[in-house]
Amino acid sequence: MSLLAFENVTLKFGGLTAVNDLSFEVHEGEVFAIVGPNGAGKSTVFNLISRFYTPHAGAIRFDGHDLLKVKPSGVAAFGVARTFQNIELFEHATVLQNLLVGRHRHRRTNLVSELLFAPSARRQEIENREKVEEIIDFLDLQAFRDKLISGLPYGVRKVVEVARALATDPKLLLLDEPASGLSVEETTDMRWWIDDIRRQMGITVLMVEHDMGLVSGVSDRVLAMADGAMLALGSPAQVQSHPAVVEAYLGKAS
Amino acid sequence: MRIVFKTNYMQDIRPWKDRYQLCLYLALIALVAAAPWWLDAFYLGELTNVLIWAIAGLGLMILTGHTGQASLGHAAFLAFGCYANVILIENGVPFLVAFPLSGVLTGIAGVTVAIPALRLHGIYLAIFTLALSILMDDIIVLAEPLTGGVAGKYMGGVEIFGHLVDRWATPEQFFWLVLGAAILVTLGYINLLRAPLGRSFIAVRDSEVSAQAMGVDIARTKMISFALSCAVTGWAGALMGLYAGAFNNETFSVVISIQLLMMIVIGGLGSIHGAFLGAIVIGFLPQFLSIAKEYVGAAFGGSTVAIPGLEFGIFGMILIAFILFEPMGLYGRWLKIRTWFELFPFYRKDMFKRQKSYLRTERLR
Repeated sequence: MSLLAFENVTLKFGGLTAVNDLSFEVHEGEVFAIVGPNGAGKSTVFNLISRFYTPHAGAIRFDGHDLLKVKPSGVAAFGVARTFQNIELFEHATVLQNLLVGRHRHRRTNLVSELLFAPSARRQEIENREKVEEIIDFLDLQAFRDKLISGLPYGVRKVVEVARALATDPKLLLLDEPASGLSVEETTDMRWWIDDIRRQMGITVLMVEHDMGLVSGVSDRVLAMADGAMLALGSPAQVQSHPAVVEAYLGKAS
Repeated sequence: MRIVFKTNYMQDIRPWKDRYQLCLYLALIALVAAAPWWLDAFYLGELTNVLIWAIAGLGLMILTGHTGQASLGHAAFLAFGCYANVILIENGVPFLVAFPLSGVLTGIAGVTVAIPALRLHGIYLAIFTLALSILMDDIIVLAEPLTGGVAGKYMGGVEIFGHLVDRWATPEQFFWLVLGAAILVTLGYINLLRAPLGRSFIAVRDSEVSAQAMGVDIARTKMISFALSCAVTGWAGALMGLYAGAFNNETFSVVISIQLLMMIVIGGLGSIHGAFLGAIVIGFLPQFLSIAKEYVGAAFGGSTVAIPGLEFGIFGMILIAFILFEPMGLYGRWLKIRTWFELFPFYRKDMFKRQKSYLRTERLR
C-alpha cells in the first residue's frame, strides 16, 4: 500500500524548474532512498512534503490525506517527521528539551492548565518523558541528555535530530542526508539504526543520501533524480547500473 | 558538585533540583518578604521599584528572551496597563478585579498589535514596536477625556478588603502586594517553561523551520507569546502607576522601553533569573551613581557637579560592555562561575562558547 504519493509534481523557481513532473510512491514499511547529483531537487522534494514550498502542478498525498491542503505546521499531525540537511536543532536548549518539542503534536493541555501546571499537564509531561526516554535509550543518547545542543559535536547533533524526529511518533520519517559529515563508524551506527527504525518501530523511511554504501545497505528501493526529474527507480543494484544514472554522475563516454 | 540521582520523572519536572535548592529559594523569599523589618522606608521603596521592574522584565523576557521577538515598545503596554487599571478603579471597580483585568486587557491589546507584527522579523519588528511606543505618547494626549492628557492622572492608595494599600501611607502593604504579584508571575512563568507551550516558544526562537516541522504553528505561538508578554507587562504598568502616584503621557516614554530591553540583556536573555538580576542593576544603578558621584566629587576638590546625561551614558557603556564581553548577561556569568567551581580544575575556556554555525539551512522564503 502506498503511504506517500507524488503525482506529476512540478515546482518552478522563476525560470528554473526544480522538480519536473515527478511521480513516485513510497510503500508502507519500506526504506526508500532518493539519490542524485547536487541540485537534482532531492531536498526540494522533502521541502515539498514539509509544505515549505507549494508545487505549481500535481498532487502530494499522504496516507489518504491531501498534503497540499494543510499548513506547514499541520504536516506533523499526520505523522510525518523530518531531519534537515544542515541540522536545525534548537541550539540553546538541552537534548531533552529538543526531544520534548518533538512531542508537541501530542499536546492535549491548554494555556490555563499549563500555567497552573494542573494534574493533566503533569500526567502529559510524564507520558512525554516516558516516550522520550525510550528514544534516548534506543539511540544511546543517555550521556548527552541534559547537555545544551550548542556544545555538542556534529555527529551527536545528527543523532539528536533523528531522535527528535522519532519523538513525534511518526509513520513516515524523512532523513535528509543522515550520514553526511559522519565518520565511518558513525555511518555504520546510522545504518543499523535506520534498519531498526524500520523493523522494530515499523516506521517507513524516506531518505536522501549520497553515501552509496549506506543506500544499498538499507534501502529497498532507490529513486535516482537529475535536474528535478526521475532518472531511474528500482532496487539499489538496478539503479546503480542504470545507464542514465551512470551518465548523470560520470558523464557520457566520449 | 552535587549529583542528583534521579529515580522518577517528577524529579526532572519539578522546578527545583533537590531539597537543598528548594530551601535556598524559600529562604530567599522569606528574607525578602521580611524586608519591612530590616530595611528602612527609603530602601523598601527602592526594593519595591526593583520588583515592579522585574515583573516588567519577566513580561518582556517571554517575548524577547524566550520567543526571540525583539520589542522596543513595551513601555506602550506598561502605559496601557497603568491607565486601564486606574480608569477601572476610578469607575468604581474594586482593585482586586481591576488589577487582573488591566493585565487581560493589555494582553488583548498585545494580540491586536501582534497580528500585523507577525510578518516582521528582527530589526523590522524592533522598528515597528519602537513606533508603537512613540505613538502611545500621542494616543494618551489625544484621548484626553479618558486619560487626562498632558495633565496626567493622580492615583493614591487602593483598598484591598478594607485595608489601605498605599505607596506612602502604608509602604509595607504595598511592598507585599508587589512581592505577591512578582511571585505569582514567576510561578506561572516556571510552569510555562516546563510545559509544551514554553518549549514551543524556545523552538520558535531557535529555528522556525524545524519548529514548523515538529507541528508548532509559528503564527499562533508568536501571538500567544505576545499576549502573555503584554499581559504581564500590563500588570507591571498598573503597579508602576500606583508606585509613581502621578503619571502622564511622558511617564512611559520610549526611554523606558529601551531601559526595559537593556535590563533583560544585562540580566541574561532567556532566563527568569535574568529579569530579576537586570532589575536589580537598573533599579539600584541611579542610587549607586549618586553615591559614587559624591565620592568622586570629594576626591576632586569637594564639588558635586551635576553632569547631564551621566546616568544614560553609564547605562549605555554597561550595555555595550555586556554585549561585547558577556552576551549571556549576569545570569550567564553566574552560571560560568558556578560551573568553574563545580568542575574544578577541569573547566574549559570554551565551554559556553557559542559555536558559529555556518551550515544553517538557507532561508526557505
